[in-house]
Amino acid sequence: MAMLEIKDLEVCYGVIRAIKGISFEVNQGEVIALIGANGAGKTTILHTITGLIPAKSGSIMFEEKDLLKTPPHKIVGMGMAHVPEGRRVFQNLSVLENLKLGAYTRKDKAEISESLKMVYERFPRLEERKNQVAGTLSGGEQQMLAMGRALMSKPRIILMDEPSMGLSPLLVSEIFDIIRVISESGTTVLLVEQNAKKALSIADRAYVLETGNIKLSGKASDLINDESVRKAYLGE
Amino acid sequence: MSFLSYLVSGISLGSIYALIALGYTMVYGIAKMLNFAHGDVIMVGAYAIYTICITWGLPPLVGVLGSIVICAVLGVVIEKVAYKPLRKASSLAVLITAIGVSYLLQNAALLIFKSDTKSFTSVVNIPSLDLFDNQLHIQGETIATIVVSVIIMIALNLFINKTKPGRAMLAVSEDKGAAQLMGINVNSTISLTFLIGSALAAVAGALLCSSYPALSPTTGAMPGIKAFTAAVFGGIGSIPGAMIGGVLLGVIENLSKGYISTQFSDAIVFGVLIIILLFKPTGLLGKKINEKV
Ligand SMILES: Nc1ncnc2c1ncn2[C@@H]1O[C@H](COP(=O)(O)OP(=O)(O)O)[C@@H](O)[C@H]1O
Ligand SMILES: [Mg+2]
Repeated sequence: MAMLEIKDLEVCYGVIRAIKGISFEVNQGEVIALIGANGAGKTTILHTITGLIPAKSGSIMFEEKDLLKTPPHKIVGMGMAHVPEGRRVFQNLSVLENLKLGAYTRKDKAEISESLKMVYERFPRLEERKNQVAGTLSGGEQQMLAMGRALMSKPRIILMDEPSMGLSPLLVSEIFDIIRVISESGTTVLLVEQNAKKALSIADRAYVLETGNIKLSGKASDLINDESVRKAYLGE
Repeated sequence: MSFLSYLVSGISLGSIYALIALGYTMVYGIAKMLNFAHGDVIMVGAYAIYTICITWGLPPLVGVLGSIVICAVLGVVIEKVAYKPLRKASSLAVLITAIGVSYLLQNAALLIFKSDTKSFTSVVNIPSLDLFDNQLHIQGETIATIVVSVIIMIALNLFINKTKPGRAMLAVSEDKGAAQLMGINVNSTISLTFLIGSALAAVAGALLCSSYPALSPTTGAMPGIKAFTAAVFGGIGSIPGAMIGGVLLGVIENLSKGYISTQFSDAIVFGVLIIILLFKPTGLLGKKINEKV
């Protein structure tokens, strides 16, 4: 069985159906890209998975447990971290305090400081700035902090919502390198991106979302050569 | 010496405002609402002490502890019943509800305790202090108020900055969604905030009625408004702001009473607030609200 299995998911904002009954799955160890234009419903899907918004119908099974029946604040403790769109680091708290909040549900102090060391190794800039207030970090640094904060929960799967948004091309490459490293260390990745080219270049499989429906899916290496995908999402 | 005496009693009165202002500001920070019923929780706490100590004749400590428990429970219940269902409603709807809760509490007190003013007996029994050859006389209540307030403020600071639930409160007041993604239970964190704010109101009520021993169903209204002013003065949402705002307000009020006019002291207090807000709209320590991208 897949690690994360979404079935017939429907999500509404009032009377607007944003997600119109979609199904997809993420297997252990994969990098899955969810691509689509602005407003396609990518963020809505991630928010529904981690309980920030309720679903209308369908099911979301994570390691055989139904997330739609789980109190939202318990989800991170089950091994699923979410790096939300727009980073949403705690602006008034320091870098270190943000990272510690990432480990909020964990108890073992020694393990937490081990994770902190690992995060600092992956993001040396966060260590340099550990006492700086997060609101004063640059966009790229805030993205790293949001990712580091998610890693502090020691997730088995990590959901990332447009980590490259608003970053310079150089930083985008840096962020994608880090995503690759996270994946290689054994963490499953569900990556939402508008930057389809980059996303497809590191993904194993991908789903193409269009106004609340999955329009295409398949191996990333196939999609990257697909005529319609190239036209619509790769700007060719 | 009269200046020192006005100053000391101003600090004492201001500490009470600060304790109440903390409840306003913490609740505002986390629930983004003005809990106008907060002042009336003080009154409920004072009636609780009156009942326990005077009607039942139990010792003051029992009265104070009982009052803290009653107010803490009341605060949590008010949030659950009146405010939680309105979390996604307009702020006007929430404000009107808060005013409704305020009237409900006042009228419930009127029904139970009637409208006559009860004389409260002080819960403080430490001797007063005479300094400078008996020129400066400081009441035991004044000393107790200042000492208790300082201890509470230090404890609250430690709680918020050093404990996990305290950090959770800061996280929730900044971004509920992100806090939830960290595994923080947002609902219980909001409940905890109401619990702490209302417990502080109970302490404020005990101190207030010990220094100013007249108790009626509207006892909480004026200190409530003043403390709200203090919270705005210091920068609503800011905890140190509420502490500083409260103490400053008490000092300004007492000095105006002493040197200018007893009748106009309230007008002067609110006038100072208006002037401060003209120059610094976010209050003394208020932060600019970060625009979310
Ligand atoms: N809070 C909201 N209220 C109403 N409609 C929303 C809300 N959030 C998103 N939508 C709508 O849902 C659709 C999907 O949005 P979203 O999931 O943010 O797309 P994406 O992340 O792919 O850009 C859009 O049409 C958007 O306008
Ligand atoms: Mg989005």
